[in-house]
Amino acid sequence: MKIKNLINAVFAFILMLGLTTGSWAKQITLLNVSYDPTRELYDSYNKAFIKYWKGKTGEDVIINQSHGGSGKQARAVIDGLDADVVTLALAYDIDAIAQKSNLLPKNWQSLLPDNSAPYTSTIVFLVHKGNPKNIRDWDDLAKPGISVVTPNPKTSGGARWNYLAAWGYALKKFNGDENKVKAFVSALYKNVPVLDSGARGSTTTFVERGIGDVLIAWENEAYLAVNELGPGKFDIIIPSISILAEPPVAVVERDTDRHGTKRQAREYLKYLYSDEGQEIIAQNYYRPRNQQIAQKYADQLKPVNLFTIDGVFGGWQAAQKKHFSDGGTFDQIYTQGT
Amino acid sequence: MFLLKQKSTLPGFHLSLGYTVFYLSLIVLIPLSMLFIKTSTISFSHFWSVVTAPRTLAAYRLSFGAAFIASVINVFFGFLIAWVLARYSFPCKKIVDALIDFPFALPTAVAGIALTTLYSSNGMIGQFLYKIGIQSAFSWTGVTLALIFIGLPFIVRTVEPVLQEIDPEIEDAASSLGAGRFQIFFRIIFPAVLPSLVTGFSLAFARTIGEYGSVVFIAGNMPGKTEIAPLLIITKLEQYDYSGATAIALVMLIVSFLLLALTNFAQWWASKRIGMS
Amino acid sequence: MSSLARTESPVVRRSLIGIALLYLVLFIFFPLFIVFASALQKGIAVYFNSLINPETLAAIKLTVLTALIAVPLNLVFGVAASWAIAKFDFRGKNFLLTLIDLPLSVSPVISGLIFVLIFGLQGVFGPWLRDHGIRIIYAPPAIILATIFVTFPMVARELIPVMKAQGNDEEEAAITLGASGWKTFWYVTLPNIKWGLLYGVILCNARAMGEFGAVSVVSGHIRGLTNTLPLQIEILYNEYNFTAAFAAASLLAFLALLTLIIKTLVEYRFRAELKAVRKEREH
Repeated sequence: MKIKNLINAVFAFILMLGLTTGSWAKQITLLNVSYDPTRELYDSYNKAFIKYWKGKTGEDVIINQSHGGSGKQARAVIDGLDADVVTLALAYDIDAIAQKSNLLPKNWQSLLPDNSAPYTSTIVFLVHKGNPKNIRDWDDLAKPGISVVTPNPKTSGGARWNYLAAWGYALKKFNGDENKVKAFVSALYKNVPVLDSGARGSTTTFVERGIGDVLIAWENEAYLAVNELGPGKFDIIIPSISILAEPPVAVVERDTDRHGTKRQAREYLKYLYSDEGQEIIAQNYYRPRNQQIAQKYADQLKPVNLFTIDGVFGGWQAAQKKHFSDGGTFDQIYTQGT
Repeated sequence: MFLLKQKSTLPGFHLSLGYTVFYLSLIVLIPLSMLFIKTSTISFSHFWSVVTAPRTLAAYRLSFGAAFIASVINVFFGFLIAWVLARYSFPCKKIVDALIDFPFALPTAVAGIALTTLYSSNGMIGQFLYKIGIQSAFSWTGVTLALIFIGLPFIVRTVEPVLQEIDPEIEDAASSLGAGRFQIFFRIIFPAVLPSLVTGFSLAFARTIGEYGSVVFIAGNMPGKTEIAPLLIITKLEQYDYSGATAIALVMLIVSFLLLALTNFAQWWASKRIGMS
Repeated sequence: MSSLARTESPVVRRSLIGIALLYLVLFIFFPLFIVFASALQKGIAVYFNSLINPETLAAIKLTVLTALIAVPLNLVFGVAASWAIAKFDFRGKNFLLTLIDLPLSVSPVISGLIFVLIFGLQGVFGPWLRDHGIRIIYAPPAIILATIFVTFPMVARELIPVMKAQGNDEEEAAITLGASGWKTFWYVTLPNIKWGLLYGVILCNARAMGEFGAVSVVSGHIRGLTNTLPLQIEILYNEYNFTAAFAAASLLAFLALLTLIIKTLVEYRFRAELKAVRKEREH
């Protein structure tokens, strides 16, 4: 009986191997490897694209989604996760794919309009209803007695935007005096009781566990939390200045060549820039590139004073090296301060 | 390498041992050897600087320290629970006995979420602990609490059968010869269960030092303070530093291996001594 | 229980039971309670509705498939290993035992990573596999491999002590009487170890279905395709769909409970049989 079990198991194993390889090859299937906060966005966008593509070409496409921390997802693609398109939190992660695996060309960011970022977002604060601690700007986060929730920049892409937004604010405030900037950001991170490993974990910590006075979050995540988790329990505070977050998208060319899905993958990303795509983007609390559509949602997407990563930090490569590599400014905060 | 010490009439030694070694190599040894291969791509000085960096040492201290404390606590209470289960009868004993294995079967991520819900400042137990000044989530305490949960069944399950095996007649004999309760306990019962306590301790300890899923939710993840070693490995991977990650992992693996080897040796030695006397 | 030495005063006995139960309530019962309470928070209808979500169903299927392959393979290994270790005395036995225990103590993150290092695109076999269109990593085969690795020692660990306790006498007698090796195993050994075997299989299965860390590293998290139930729980939780997350979790908790019930029954019969065997020997 046991031998029969073994034979069955081996048989099932082989059968399944065949199934997994076979099913991928026949249908037109796109795999979109994305980061955590885009679940709701791509859920509705995929439905719209499938309908659009059917109407235009008569072809059925199936779109599979994978979500996770941006860095983890990039690493999975490098290690062989068979993605047709990647839609990640920061250009650094797609750069890493280009450098380490040659799956896509090094100039990927110039292949689509607007730095290959069809939508933008920014970093805002989420506070308890009525803002009991009167938090207005970045200064307030560094004050003693304020408890701040933000994820760990070492493991979360969103957390890196948070960190750089605070750093950029301080650079402006102290006229570029590095020591004062570092002291300011140190004071802010002293107020952080828990560094979750991902952005969603931090939101849960803040909303569900009731920890902290303020959550530093993506604008779209903050709106989602307000609308889905606790209507009437939280307020969104927009700081005087914040960072322009540009989550980029790219076709993983080598994989699409192999799958014969290059045309569909390109159109999938291009359609993000169309009026309908931009509309869906705005509905999911991201900021569309199309100004007319942005106007339409002006109530919700209030004007924010924004600086860019290229302008203030000289791009992602430089920012990553200076702040988040081993021994970078983030590590220094934690090794010196104690 | 594996030589039969005595001739046996039983067949199948070569077949069963051969298959064991083959399957072990295929599933465990070859994959694990990748850790050595990957780590060997960096120089020894680099390796040393990675595993002795203050942050790494702090993470080791937390992972090993919390696992040690949790296992020590579990040795005491695990022994007590095994004692109660083996010797006393009370209502619902069967159910209680069955529940012991629950942490073993519960997925670690679920355990992590449930424990954090329980021990955070607005949780069912956490709210009381916070009131008396114990920060039970996002701290050393939280990590230890999670590891107590994960490690408990290992101790109870290794000690309980041994306690059940102890012959009541020996205790009666000692009692009739005038030995007191404490004497009976320390002279007869304790020496008998000691090897199983050691085994239980080392299994629980080895299992909990590497635990990730249930701990990461409750740890707090502050570099140098509440950052566990497996999280540090993930952090290294996020920076595409594979060899750094495997270096940290290799140290943990070697410690686990030595610990398990020591236990198995102690068991073998103890059983041999008992066999001879 | 009638033994004199074992009748501690009721006060001592009750307080010991009390402490033990309190500890168990704090550390085991409360987490269990949380899982079910959160799952049923919004009523039984919501509970069942959240379980028939197609992605959750796909995750259940993959989880069952994984266990169906991993458990029998580890079972065959467990029997072979315990036969070699319990029935024979050989050099290097302690070393072998330690190696078998090893997967239990490897951090789950590492258990997944080693398979990425072997089958990943930057790994040893990755490029070749990709050229030939064979998917292992970020597909069910890697999930199954990681599960086999994590549950590797479970059956063997249960069987070795049982086989040792049985001794070699019966098998030796059968062989001397001219039975073949297989026959001896089938008719003499197997009936003696069947309960221990079942116990090992049950625990192995529970662990195989519940593994999170290692599987998370090799899965790729493609929805409806490479998510196992524990991964699906994490996804639901991260979508703020707490009820559905705990509902799926309660399935696994329920499985754990079911496992424990079967195990208790098994143990009950197992003990009765062991006692019977012992009595026979004494006569």
